[in-house]
Amino acid sequence: MAIWLTKDSKVIVQGITGGEGSKHTKRMLAAGTQVVGGVNPRKAGTKVDFDGTELPVFATVAEAIAETGADVSVIFVPPAFTKAAVVEAIDAEIPLAIVITEGVPVQDSAAFWSYNVAKGEKTRIIGPNCPGIASPGASNAGIIPADITPHGRIGLVSKSGTLTYQLMYELREFGFSTAVGIGGDPIIGTTHIDALKAFQEDPDTDAIVMIGEIGGDAEERAAEFIKANVTKPVVGYIAGFTAPPGKTMGHAGAIISGSAGTADAKKVALEAAGVKVGKTPSETAQLMRDILS
Amino acid sequence: MDLFEYQGRDLFERHGLPVLGGGVAETPQEARAIAERLGGKVVVKAQVKVGGRGKAGGVKLADGADEAEARATDILGMDIKGHTVQKVMLAETADIVEEYYFSYLLDRANRTFLCIASVAGGMEIETVAEEDPDRVAKIAIDASKGVDEAKAREIVTAAKFPADVADQVVDIAVKLWQAFVAEDATLVEVNPLAKVGDGRVLALDAKVTLDENAGFRHPDHEALEDKSAVDPLEQAAKAKNLNYVKLDGEVGIIGNGAGLVMSTLDVVAYAGEKHGGVKPANFLDIGGGASAQVMANGLEIVLGDPAVKSVFVNVFGGITACDAVANGIIQALALLTERGETVTKPLVVRLDGNNAEAGRAILDGANNPLVERVDTMDGAAARAAELAAAGK
Repeated sequence: MAIWLTKDSKVIVQGITGGEGSKHTKRMLAAGTQVVGGVNPRKAGTKVDFDGTELPVFATVAEAIAETGADVSVIFVPPAFTKAAVVEAIDAEIPLAIVITEGVPVQDSAAFWSYNVAKGEKTRIIGPNCPGIASPGASNAGIIPADITPHGRIGLVSKSGTLTYQLMYELREFGFSTAVGIGGDPIIGTTHIDALKAFQEDPDTDAIVMIGEIGGDAEERAAEFIKANVTKPVVGYIAGFTAPPGKTMGHAGAIISGSAGTADAKKVALEAAGVKVGKTPSETAQLMRDILS
Repeated sequence: MDLFEYQGRDLFERHGLPVLGGGVAETPQEARAIAERLGGKVVVKAQVKVGGRGKAGGVKLADGADEAEARATDILGMDIKGHTVQKVMLAETADIVEEYYFSYLLDRANRTFLCIASVAGGMEIETVAEEDPDRVAKIAIDASKGVDEAKAREIVTAAKFPADVADQVVDIAVKLWQAFVAEDATLVEVNPLAKVGDGRVLALDAKVTLDENAGFRHPDHEALEDKSAVDPLEQAAKAKNLNYVKLDGEVGIIGNGAGLVMSTLDVVAYAGEKHGGVKPANFLDIGGGASAQVMANGLEIVLGDPAVKSVFVNVFGGITACDAVANGIIQALALLTERGETVTKPLVVRLDGNNAEAGRAILDGANNPLVERVDTMDGAAARAAELAAAGK
């Protein structure tokens, strides 16, 4: 078992014919993901060959669902078209939509989130600007490398892609149930709290790694949630202790505004909730090793 | 991107918001000309993207063109909290009767937008919120519905705006929202929004932040960027599409992924504590799937920083293949040597993940005395800090 993405998940790719979309479709297939098709209205009715696997291209997400039974969509369309792609996925009521695209205007993200809420939140949105979700040994939806770690019993939730890979690598001796990259944008669909809740309820997960970074107060809110609701051990890591205020550090959301959003405040909040916070990725991995050994 | 006040004022004016007449000057002569055009008393305001300019002497009243020119001479070139004043805005004066506060901003926690409004304006809203929280109204704005007249009335009632200005504030609230959406802003703040002697309500200041991700639908926004304030290295990096931020240390940093690079800065700063206090010199994220060319561009920028004494290349190959990174490093060094630039700064490289073995073999095979390979991130950070301290 895993959270949100299992070996039975049927995945479609919005933007399957684009450069990024086709490159990562190939990788997802190689990782054993059941990719069942793609969406591109201009190429509907055609088939795309991925090293011997022929995948059908549909005009709409709804049509793709009707034909293939897909329940996950990975979205690779360019920023200007991302809002429309996510709205289409919401309209089709796909249970999980993963928005990989980086550089989506924040008003567009706010708009599709608001639309999703108005439609009753039938779609879980992960991202935008995220690496996706991987349940090692079962399925991989997005761009997380599939071969870093085998299946295991650690769950991971992170704002950062490469820090996700780093921690998966450091803890590969234990393996992971699911790793979720929620993305580094100011407005995102799935939060640390959503993932923590799912990992707490997942019988296949024994312990949780939570990775945050400067900006906003998502980590502080996650700390409150952990204190009240999470009984499994959680170790944390926060990036950006030495980042200067007022500068955006790569991720659109990674910015200290005045005194808000500092790494120190996040660390203090997490520690107050009983989370062990590492100073570096390796120290964080060691904290988890100490718990599991 | 944060705008200057005068740019915000112009933006407000374009969207039909009530502002005072004004103009921007880079020289005292230009200031004189604007003062003549405006006539009578004017206020001369330093244009800096930092608070507290009034206290620093960056805002002065002037009666007539002579005085305006003199005040502009005083203020231009002034240093306000490390920002050199290169422009002044001249604006008509107003006899302020009451000062209010009004803003729209991003509400990350609730994944929507927020209106903050208060009848206690003219000072920092954070201060008002602390001292007098009842006088600060926070109203969530649904991104799909926005602010229509009914929503604006709700805001005006919640913030307890006086009845005599209510209709004007409603109109301003609607137009300000339209400007917020049309320009893809993440913040529009009016402080003060003021009632003046003749009963009009005017936006007397303008703080605007625009979403750079939305630049593709606003070709006009590029012209608003303050090129003079951008560090030359940051500018050169931007021209090469690199995600680079100049910092004030000695260890150049190149990595892939924003989170990993931020983490690298931290680890280097910790290591620096044991090596004479050296610190990271920059943030540089070469991104996922970076090619050899991107690595070469990045190295060129980082090595071009005279403050840099050593470079730490920290890559976890996810999509990025480590052999491409290694090739990039070797090619970049060759390229720089070809151009006659002597590279003398040591590079510490840590490669893990996708094709790491191949990448390490390429570096070892190249046998470049400047390139040192260290297996762990912590170990490599310590070595880079040590080399930077030795090179100081």
